[in-house]
Amino acid sequence: MAARYVVAPVAEIPPGGRKVVEAGAGRRIVVFNLEGEFFALLDRCPHQGGRLSGGKLCGLVESDEPGVFHYDRKGEILRCPWHQWEFDIRTGKSRHDPNRTRTRAFPAHVESGAALTQEGPYVLETFPVRVEEDYVVVEA
Amino acid sequence: MPRPPRAIDCDLHPAVTGFAALAPYLEPYWRDSVEDRGMEVLETASYPPNAPITARADWRPKGGRAGATLAQLQTEALDRFGADIGILNCLFPVQLPFSEDMSAAFSRALNDWVRAEWLDRDSRLRASIVLPMHSPEHAVAEIERLAPDRRFVQAMILAMGEIPAGRRAFWPVYAALERHSLPLAIHAGSAYRHPVTSIGWPSWYLEDYVAHQQGFQSTLASLVTEGVFTKFPGLKVVLLESGVTWLPAFLWRLTKTWKGVRFEVPWVDRSPAEIVRDHVRLTVQPFDAPEDPDTVRRLLDHLRSDELLLWASDWPHWQFDGDAIAPPGLPADLLPKIMVDNPLATYARLREEGVSS
Repeated sequence: MAARYVVAPVAEIPPGGRKVVEAGAGRRIVVFNLEGEFFALLDRCPHQGGRLSGGKLCGLVESDEPGVFHYDRKGEILRCPWHQWEFDIRTGKSRHDPNRTRTRAFPAHVESGAALTQEGPYVLETFPVRVEEDYVVVEA
Repeated sequence: MPRPPRAIDCDLHPAVTGFAALAPYLEPYWRDSVEDRGMEVLETASYPPNAPITARADWRPKGGRAGATLAQLQTEALDRFGADIGILNCLFPVQLPFSEDMSAAFSRALNDWVRAEWLDRDSRLRASIVLPMHSPEHAVAEIERLAPDRRFVQAMILAMGEIPAGRRAFWPVYAALERHSLPLAIHAGSAYRHPVTSIGWPSWYLEDYVAHQQGFQSTLASLVTEGVFTKFPGLKVVLLESGVTWLPAFLWRLTKTWKGVRFEVPWVDRSPAEIVRDHVRLTVQPFDAPEDPDTVRRLLDHLRSDELLLWASDWPHWQFDGDAIAPPGLPADLLPKIMVDNPLATYARLREEGVSS
């Protein structure tokens, strides 16, 4: 059973932003805000352990013919800062070998402070939860 | 049903002794032009006539030229090694002239010479269309001219030309090859437009010879990264006289680096090593591996496929002595595959003849 971590007030991770949190002993998770949608990945490249949180967010370029560049999903592809391997922040899958090379993705969503104070259990970050604010919750 | 072939020899080199031999096949303007210029022969630095590798000692006739006659080919290679099919890859260097028109005229004469002097005289023989690659238009025209003759089973270029082989200027050539079910053969060699190493001209034959591996690697990288196999999924490539042992390390490097720069070549949409294993074949002479079976077995493991290798004697080049037609250390149970199955899988035009294993 995954624990639920309240990782930040929504306002702390603006669209295009990211935050690294510790979820469980020594386990680092990077949380992204993609235009109001939140995604969480294990902050560790499956290649050599690089911290993905230090990588650049790019679009996905695909091609069905040499010389033709289809470029979309801007901001959804994370390049590991060490060797530029590409990872889909929605799934954690690498682009070059999606079935075998991937980092772990965790469900992330927004919950209201009102709900959080009534339900549980949660592992709370070291900040107060206010009923009038919204929070990012990661199940990890 | 024809009986299965015992062996398909994928790399045989009939020698043109000089322009006198080609003269009957040159168009009149070019025949006179060659005579006016006093051109007697074309030789490249790749095969100096007296270099040991250019011809095996017992295949050098007194007063004659190695590889020059059908009788030599028959007794020294086809009959002796039991090949039912042999593919001729003529290395007379029509790629050398800087004039596109001259190069194309020499190519036409050479291919017609191969057809009349060799293909017409032994039904076991097939051949490569030698392409005047400096002009894609000429190359396409030569493919269209000869493709109806199904004895031409592939077309051949040299590993090192004027520009990298994957460039789009050449794509009409690859489209024509795909359309006619002709693999692209890439033979060791250079049109000598550039030094054979990327650091300048080498001093010695040894350097030149070894550098051809770099040429093959750069050519292969060009074909993959430019997207030739994405654009022409039916195209097969056969590396002739390339050696084999460099391929795994090259594919490791190519694939590893691709993972980090895939977004620059997004049409390379899967591992370059997989693309190469699907499209590229290599002949086994020279094999360039140490001779102990354990090393060869490890090499074959690294290749990760038993479908990549094609048997060739490389006649009359000196790659082995006596009848040691299989590279030392190669597992015996791989030989039927290399000598028959893999060539048949590579050459559509051999399959269409009803040849089966």
